[in-house]
Amino acid sequence: MDADLARAWVAAVAASVTAHAAELTDLDAAIGDGDHGVNLRRGFDAAVAALAGFEADTAGAVLTKTGTTLVSKVGGASGPLYGSLFRALGKSLPAEVDAVAFGDGLRAGLDAIVRLGKAVPGDKTMVDALTPAVDAYAAAAPAGFAAAARAASAAAGEGAAATTPLQARKGRASYLGERSAGHQDPGATSTALIFAALAAVSDA
Amino acid sequence: MLCTAGTPKMAGMKKFINDPDDVVREALAGMAAAHPELRVDLDEQIIVRADAPRPGKVGLVSGGGSGHEPLHGGFVGPGMLDAACPGEIFTSPVPDQILAATRAVDGGAGVVHIVKNYTGDVMNFELAAEDAETTVESVLVDDDVAVDGSTWTAGRRGTGATLLVEKIAGALAEEGAPLAAVAAVARDVNERSASFAIALTSGTTPAAGKPGFDLPEDEIEVGVGIHGEPGRAREKLRPARDLAARIVEPILAAKPLESGSRVIVLVNGLGGTPLLELYVMFNDISRLLADAGVQVARSLVGNYVTSLDMAGISLTVCRVDDELLRLWDAPVRTAGLRWGA
Repeated sequence: MDADLARAWVAAVAASVTAHAAELTDLDAAIGDGDHGVNLRRGFDAAVAALAGFEADTAGAVLTKTGTTLVSKVGGASGPLYGSLFRALGKSLPAEVDAVAFGDGLRAGLDAIVRLGKAVPGDKTMVDALTPAVDAYAAAAPAGFAAAARAASAAAGEGAAATTPLQARKGRASYLGERSAGHQDPGATSTALIFAALAAVSDA
Repeated sequence: MLCTAGTPKMAGMKKFINDPDDVVREALAGMAAAHPELRVDLDEQIIVRADAPRPGKVGLVSGGGSGHEPLHGGFVGPGMLDAACPGEIFTSPVPDQILAATRAVDGGAGVVHIVKNYTGDVMNFELAAEDAETTVESVLVDDDVAVDGSTWTAGRRGTGATLLVEKIAGALAEEGAPLAAVAAVARDVNERSASFAIALTSGTTPAAGKPGFDLPEDEIEVGVGIHGEPGRAREKLRPARDLAARIVEPILAAKPLESGSRVIVLVNGLGGTPLLELYVMFNDISRLLADAGVQVARSLVGNYVTSLDMAGISLTVCRVDDELLRLWDAPVRTAGLRWGA
């Protein structure tokens, strides 16, 4: 991945969360406070705007800037969490990024989210989509970036769908207790969108 | 104006807004215009008391999502908060805002962050505290006993007790008490408080344009928070005296009060309930507390910690002693709470 591809990914995420804003908001209204779509749209739009005036030669610099912007623009839980994901990913990338190095970066991003949010798989959070995505990416990385991104996207989608029967143990949905079961987690859903965007730009 | 043109998502929503994206900033500008005694920084999105920073005084900063007014911006002023940072609606403020507020009130004696216990609020305040140049003590408010406080949830929510924490800690800070003492009294008030809420209708966020949940005419949500989320259970609507019992019971179960205990009682509207009904509920609640041998030393009835236009009520009970009552009675001069000054 180079700087241009990183910019394309962030732009694709922004377009995707805008297209799915209503869906994310509805999922969040069911078990949270109904602003996930709005907040992510605001954050990724701000990231795209920040990148437009940002000179960078590397994917790492682009993704670090994206993370910093998300932390300072989104608020709530998703701002610091997705901000930390992109910041840790960006900071861990070398100047020349091959498929395996990007997988290591994703792992660093997952670690940052877990460190900050303290969620584990099964808590009905974005970690439930992110963990299988990072694992699937690493397993497929030897086959190249595009194949690994497709595998990550598929795994994230499955991970998000698998949150539906779970009872939330983290975040606002946890206040509902067992009533949180039966709804797909909005955070896991937006994570799946982020990886779907990665797969889309890696094929282009 | 009624705003529906061009944006289908707002169809059916009747609110006094221009554009859903501008609500928070325009309300802040309105606060600045209405209250020249406050310093409202529209770029940093913070509300600061005009004479901050006061040398040697511990600064008190709170904040959280917007939609809970007058919390927190309405509680900025002498005797209460030094600054508030309002986030987007129901979304915690970002670290930059919190840091700007912390700097604006740092008089060299340290700053207390009063943080309602929500995942996002905790994270953003933590990030800001890490970057602050002054000593920061973070105080977590988690008084809502509807939520199980175990590790199986994000922990109890911060709700009505936030007002009591901000008032009492604000009074002590105003007297010039050191950082550790101000933080300690804030934590003590939180520890002594318990809250529980019931909603009759959901609120409508301007961005979503529709209620967070739909309730049949004869049903209520019990154990709700202040972000339009559904509660712990859905039950049948019943007379106020029965609902008062439904609210008082879990509070006394979670924080038992000995006979003769003195308490401050906050009967708080969630934004869409008339004061008339709040007093009907206060009548029933005070009778139940008297039956339990609890003495209501002070009371506050009104819309203070709201959830946009949610019709509903929360009860907060805080066990007090002479010193806490003295601090509660101390002068306060803010847009939302004002006495003795």
